[in-house]
Amino acid sequence: MRAVISVVGEDRVGILAMVSGICAKTNANVVEVTQSVLQEFFVMVMLIDISALNCELADLRRELEENGMGMKIQVMHEDIFHSMHRI
Amino acid sequence: MLNIGDIMETVTMIQDENLDIRTITMGISLLDCCDSDIDRSCEKVYEKICRCAGDLVKVGQEIEHTYGIPIINKRISVTPIAMLVGASGGDPIQYALTLDKAARTVGVNFIGGYSALVHKGFSPGDRELIASIPRALSQTEFVCSSVNIGSTKSGINMDAVRTMGHIIKEAAVLTADRQCVGAAKLVVFCNAPEDNPFMAGAFHGPGEPDCVINVGVSGPGVVRAALAKAGPDCDLTEVADIIKRTAFKITRMGQLVGSEASRRLGVPFGIVDLSLAPTPAVGDSVAHILEEIGLETCGGCGTTAALAMLNDAVKKGGVMASSNVGGLSGAFIPVSEDAGMIAAARSGDLTIEKLEAMTAVCSVGLDMIVIPGNTEADVIAGLIADEAAIGMINSKTTAVRVIPAIGKDVGDELVFGGLLGSGPVMRINQKSPSKMILRGGRIPAPIQALRN
Repeated sequence: MRAVISVVGEDRVGILAMVSGICAKTNANVVEVTQSVLQEFFVMVMLIDISALNCELADLRRELEENGMGMKIQVMHEDIFHSMHRI
Repeated sequence: MLNIGDIMETVTMIQDENLDIRTITMGISLLDCCDSDIDRSCEKVYEKICRCAGDLVKVGQEIEHTYGIPIINKRISVTPIAMLVGASGGDPIQYALTLDKAARTVGVNFIGGYSALVHKGFSPGDRELIASIPRALSQTEFVCSSVNIGSTKSGINMDAVRTMGHIIKEAAVLTADRQCVGAAKLVVFCNAPEDNPFMAGAFHGPGEPDCVINVGVSGPGVVRAALAKAGPDCDLTEVADIIKRTAFKITRMGQLVGSEASRRLGVPFGIVDLSLAPTPAVGDSVAHILEEIGLETCGGCGTTAALAMLNDAVKKGGVMASSNVGGLSGAFIPVSEDAGMIAAARSGDLTIEKLEAMTAVCSVGLDMIVIPGNTEADVIAGLIADEAAIGMINSKTTAVRVIPAIGKDVGDELVFGGLLGSGPVMRINQKSPSKMILRGGRIPAPIQALRN
């Protein structure tokens, strides 16, 4: 089972470290990371494996939001993207 | 591999464009709860609703967390209660109070099905239930009511139409201290669908399975944003195509959530209702889509054509995205629930006559329209008859949900709050149709009914 973490906001030091730190703490394996800076906006998409998660997905989301550094962070099961964008 | 553009598109739809699942509605048959003793019948109803829907809200929240998609409402629809009243007798209010209690226990925000199907005539229980609707809506918080007074197959029951004019008025009078909200929870239908997940008109038809999950999606903001992105240069064929593609994506999400809810609850998945359901929130308006297409204001000339195209494109896009489509499926135009419609009604650009024309080409009908409190019951009945005639002849669902604003007149407003929004009192032609309404009887089924 995999989920997608998306982070959008103002670029600053430590965003990737914060997100991957929380992933490590909750035993979510990072499968793939894509990031880019469009103008001053930082956009990062991280694919994580959540089959061995040591907490609920909701807890992971809460933790990310609480430490979100003012960024917009979403955690969504990958199925939603597959169903929406693939026939 | 997932494409970053696709991912960000979905995230933007949810975060910025108000994409959400409007409702997961569990349909529950109460036919096995009938008992000749009304107290016993109510006990069984309460027990069955709590048993079937006990986990509905919890599962809905789990799905929200897993997929990161808001599910705004969790609701229940039940067998038309008039059928139970027919078997048990007694005061139908007992059922209303039971439904309200059950809704509170399981934590849903509406329960629909305080209903009667009288399109060809009244059977035992129907008259008693209809007469009790105003009291039921004034004494309960979550109960929604609907009455089907006509169909393409059977014509229009004008005795029921006349009665409903009075019932709507009375429902408003009894809740006058609460913005006449009783009338906002009462829908009069022609060709009512049996699997509609949207309130206030949801009920669980007698042809439905024992328990079923139906889903209604919502995404006017997403459609408007997609059109805005495409700019003013694309022609209307391209506009229709953009709407189709967007509706496909929105509906796929409904299909995913519906099948997941059905799996987790162990209940069969019924249908996805392909509707564009607006909310009063800025950026979630059907009227604003029409204005994005190119109207100065919703309600002006061109509105009906734009709406017809929108409605058709939503269906074309949605139908391939879901294994089973049903319910109302189309664009809704509830005036008080749509920021753009509210503004157009306030400025006088949107009139009831124009709304009536719009209902001929879109989902449902005259919805959430506030009218002067002194409007005669027969005028309301005339309005219902007109709307039912559009539905009957065009083989589509139409409905009337008007709210007589007791003690108020054109220029005043009612504020319901929440999803029901707020609406200005709209002018309605007060010339009397009493002579026709008092004739009663039935408008015979139209020639369209003879399709065999």
